Amino acid sequence: MSKLTRPIVLALAAMALHGQTIGPRLPGGKPDFNGVWQAIGPAHYDIERHMARHSLMLRDGPHGPLPAVQTLALGAVGAVPGGMGIVEGGKIPYKPEALKVREENRRHWIERDPEVKCYLPGIPRATYMPFPFEIVQNSQQFFFAYEFAGAHRDVLFKDPGPAETDGWMGQAVGRWEGDTLVIDNSGFNDQTWFDRAGNHHSNQLRVVERLKLLGPNHIQYEATITDPETFTAPWKIALPLYRRMEKDARIMDFKCVEFVEELMFGEYRRNPLKR
Amino acid sequence: MMKMKSPVAAAFLLFVSSLPGAGPRTSEGKPDFSGLYDIASLTPLVRPKALGDRLTLTDAEAEAVAKQEAALSAATNRASDPNRKAPPAGGDGSLGPAGNVGGYNSFWVDRGKGAFKIGGKWRTSILTDPADGQMPELTPLGKQLAAKSAVRGRPNRGDAFWITENLNPGPYDDPELRPLAERCLLAFGVSAGPPMLPVMYNNLKQIVQTKDRILILNEMVHDVRIIRMSAQHDPPEIRKWLGDSVGHWEGDTLVVDTTSFGDSLGLDRASRNLHVIERFTRLDDNTLSYKFTVDDPTIWTRPWSGEVAWPKTDQRLYEYACHEGNYSFTGILKGARMLEADALRKAGK
Repeated sequence: MSKLTRPIVLALAAMALHGQTIGPRLPGGKPDFNGVWQAIGPAHYDIERHMARHSLMLRDGPHGPLPAVQTLALGAVGAVPGGMGIVEGGKIPYKPEALKVREENRRHWIERDPEVKCYLPGIPRATYMPFPFEIVQNSQQFFFAYEFAGAHRDVLFKDPGPAETDGWMGQAVGRWEGDTLVIDNSGFNDQTWFDRAGNHHSNQLRVVERLKLLGPNHIQYEATITDPETFTAPWKIALPLYRRMEKDARIMDFKCVEFVEELMFGEYRRNPLKR
Repeated sequence: MMKMKSPVAAAFLLFVSSLPGAGPRTSEGKPDFSGLYDIASLTPLVRPKALGDRLTLTDAEAEAVAKQEAALSAATNRASDPNRKAPPAGGDGSLGPAGNVGGYNSFWVDRGKGAFKIGGKWRTSILTDPADGQMPELTPLGKQLAAKSAVRGRPNRGDAFWITENLNPGPYDDPELRPLAERCLLAFGVSAGPPMLPVMYNNLKQIVQTKDRILILNEMVHDVRIIRMSAQHDPPEIRKWLGDSVGHWEGDTLVVDTTSFGDSLGLDRASRNLHVIERFTRLDDNTLSYKFTVDDPTIWTRPWSGEVAWPKTDQRLYEYACHEGNYSFTGILKGARMLEADALRKAGK
């Protein structure tokens, strides 16, 4: 260790001891989350612990489940990769009635999943979809711009009180706990899902997120989810988010409304295409 | 070195930010435009012809404009009568946006309370060049395309005129033929831009500024523009709904250059060859000047420029979900199919 680097290493070690994260900082001293980020893994298929399965939508076959007719043509592309899950303990603590709805959602996945129709994804789903998002942050503002559906979220640092209306992306109220950004999200409607596996909630949903830089290129993301209408207890998800490292990393256009017009409105064309 | 420099820099920043009208600055010393703006205004894009080359209104004229709008909105904001009968086909002809379809009142319209001021003077139009405040002449191709889009914009009077007039394609044949706003793809008018101009309602703009990015959220249809600072344009094969925007500073002016539009744009009539330059400067602590130049030689015979005041606001910006509740789009297409069936029945086919 050279004479020059030694003090730096010692300083970093001292910072680590005090629970401070190591990573870029804004001029005011706050951790700097600016950049393009993305989750890796199969959480967008199913946030619970699960084995790989035949298809996004299944039906009973003579020897076990098989792909439903609507997803059959996708073959291996429509199969669901397995995952250890991002839910702490592996399972969501559903109330019995809500679990029944989840199972129904799964059987009718293609008609019911709001992602299929390019609807705003809600929180936390927007975080771990297979699309990047960009954080634009300065000393006063913290803004999420998501590639999927051009969704966005502005974190309010002055609490306006209970959300005045339900929405798809909710109301985000932020505060700093040391180097951790805590975002308290509420004011959701009951239309968004957690994943492609039918996991759902009511408009009583509350999502308290904690974002912490693990280093210059990783965020540790955690969220506590509460919804007394749907779940028997609060539950937690946790996953790392990765900085998109390619030069010129950015979010692209993916409005996706134009991609679902044939699905949603095609039958009303003057000359409908054969289906 | 850094430690010795920073108190000097801090003192300099203190000095600069204490200058009258200088407004907040970033830690790099640039004007900090971050914040929420409400650009609703009664100053139109195109100047009323009677005003000729006049760029400004007198105080009395500006007051008259504001009074007229106040009277109009008082008239059209009256509570709807819950016991009224169904309006006649084609609307009841009453004032306001509800008139031609017999809808509800216009509480949701927010065109601003008056004209905007630049340099203490009320403006007659957003357009500043050409000097007469009128749009420049269209190219021959521009005229051809304008005639085409006029068919699309023809009001629906309750009959399938495209059948009787044998128009092919008819304006309601396919989703792709409908205006972008109807499809919830972009705001109507030229709200998300660029250029970003006042429209009938939902005129909030949020700026989030960093050293490398200027993000502008357009309230209507929740469009986010991310302007990359000191960056090169993307390769031209990547076309974007709002174009590809790169920015740089010229002194205290933020200059944004936008190209690489697709074939469908927010700016009515413009083509994929559109090139827009926007210039943001601070007029006073609470107002930005937003200047723009539009150049599209495919459509217009010369570039045109304008200026709009962007006043800060302490309102809140709420979610603008459009596609998620776009039930009327099904109604528009389905309605056209029913009118066609009527027309064919009448023709005895």
